Amino acid sequence: MAHLEDQRETIYKVDPAHPETKDLPILRTEELLLNMGPQHPATHGVLKVILDLEGERITKSTVVMGFLHRGVEKLAEHGTYHQFIPHTDRLDYVCAMYNNFAYCRAVEKLMNVTVPERAEYLRTIVAEVQRIIGHLFWLGTQALDIGAMTVFFYTFRDREILLDWFDELCGARLTTSWYRIGGVERDFTASLETKIRDFLAYFPPKIDEYVVFLEKNRIWLARTVGVAVISAEDALGYGLSGPTLRGSGVDYDLRKYESYGAYPKCEFSVPVGKNGDTYDRYWIRIEEMRESIKIIRQCMDQMPKEGPVLADVPSVTLPPKNRVFTNLESMIQQFKLFSQGFDAPPGEIYCGTEAHKGELGFYIVSTGGGNPYRLKIRSPSFIHMGAFDFMAKGYMIADAVTIFGSYDIVMGECDR
Amino acid sequence: MHPIAETIQARFPDGFLSAQEWRGDLAVTVKREALHAIGRFLKDDPAMDCDYIVHVSSVDWPDEEERFEVVYEVYSIRHRHRIRVKTRVPEHDCYVDSLTDIWPGAEFMEREVFDMMGIRFNNHPDMRRILMPDDFPEGYPLRKDFPLQGKGWRDSFDFLNEGATS
Repeated sequence: MAHLEDQRETIYKVDPAHPETKDLPILRTEELLLNMGPQHPATHGVLKVILDLEGERITKSTVVMGFLHRGVEKLAEHGTYHQFIPHTDRLDYVCAMYNNFAYCRAVEKLMNVTVPERAEYLRTIVAEVQRIIGHLFWLGTQALDIGAMTVFFYTFRDREILLDWFDELCGARLTTSWYRIGGVERDFTASLETKIRDFLAYFPPKIDEYVVFLEKNRIWLARTVGVAVISAEDALGYGLSGPTLRGSGVDYDLRKYESYGAYPKCEFSVPVGKNGDTYDRYWIRIEEMRESIKIIRQCMDQMPKEGPVLADVPSVTLPPKNRVFTNLESMIQQFKLFSQGFDAPPGEIYCGTEAHKGELGFYIVSTGGGNPYRLKIRSPSFIHMGAFDFMAKGYMIADAVTIFGSYDIVMGECDR
Repeated sequence: MHPIAETIQARFPDGFLSAQEWRGDLAVTVKREALHAIGRFLKDDPAMDCDYIVHVSSVDWPDEEERFEVVYEVYSIRHRHRIRVKTRVPEHDCYVDSLTDIWPGAEFMEREVFDMMGIRFNNHPDMRRILMPDDFPEGYPLRKDFPLQGKGWRDSFDFLNEGATS
């Protein structure tokens, strides 16, 4: 007991300027600076945040990033449009397919290329599979970061099934480069279609399983409900997008409002939250997985059984691989497209795509010729980090992890 | 001309320079003195209502007198339109008024433009480099006169030669 009394002496002291308060205890306050990262398991990459703390509350946070900066935008200016596709895999390396999709769409807009119908369906199916992978990855790691470990093993089990398809589809699990300007690299194999159908039946009950793991977990609920609240107006001003914006109640989904691929032919709803807290952003991602299943099912049913998977525009699109090795003209076409590129018209376009993290946009300036003059990547992770200081203010240190997590941040995309 | 561009021209006859429409994108080029006022107008006017900031970008045109171009793209959730606002600055006077007070998200995006292209923003709350290190000595990497492999700073790091000397 005596020991505790001593401690109290140091914490409370009398303010000499106000002798009348002699008998009242005054709380000693001190600001504390805490470095979080760059090697912190919850930052999903290499990110450093300097937190100014008052007690356990965050008063200010300074984000230090760029540890993963590779100069992708500079590299783009020095290669042809086709050569940039593998670079897009390395942006958001968790979900390479969607980056490929966003980039190919931007170049197609620049070149005014129309994609064949079957290819549109294949692209949409794979993009939605990628969205499920992204959300599964997010769900597992976010729950792990804030102390609910079990669900991680279950989401990764199911993610693994989907990554195995990608392996079958294009020979790679993560850095896929399967999309091409004007279509896709190759068609589905027969066994893949059966596997997708099996998964459509297998997966929906699994989503309910994850929900049970989390929503019956009081600790997880206490750490997400009412944490990192952002109003719709602020979220828009900060440029947030994707589930992070829809959690605040803004109905903004490019799949619906600037529709592309096979989305206009599918029926699906866009879940929108109410409170703008971490729980709503979680709920949206869970609902989006259910919607993705619906979209994939509709695409599988509507998809034309046969047809080309790459547009036939010889000045822009690559020849089919089997012809490259057997046909001289195709080989010349392939060689010319990779050595010189195609002649893009002068002009500038912006094309945004609804990736699972938010609006992934490419702003391309062309002055003619085979290389982009300037290529700017609007990456949602980077822009979400801009709102971090605003959102973290007044919350506890432990909530910082929840806030990064709820953005679904990947540093490869953030630093580019 | 696109009705939005016409409205901006009618409202800011001195600041408006030109409008381009290509592949369905609307881009408006304005004088930099008018950029902040036009930004404010796009945000506050009920017919524009551009509450969502999409991206801030920059382009380098080394052969032209006004070398740098700053690009803002904004979107209206209610009216579902996109507007790209562009302005030019010369190299010797590389300043633009920051739009951070209109769209707070511009803070990080403008810092990135400064880091990559060296364009400074007036009234910006925190004008520092963001992706490159604070002590990066080689200038601004996305300028066209910056070589792809850098200017040699990285080759001078001590730890690169440690293995060779011992």
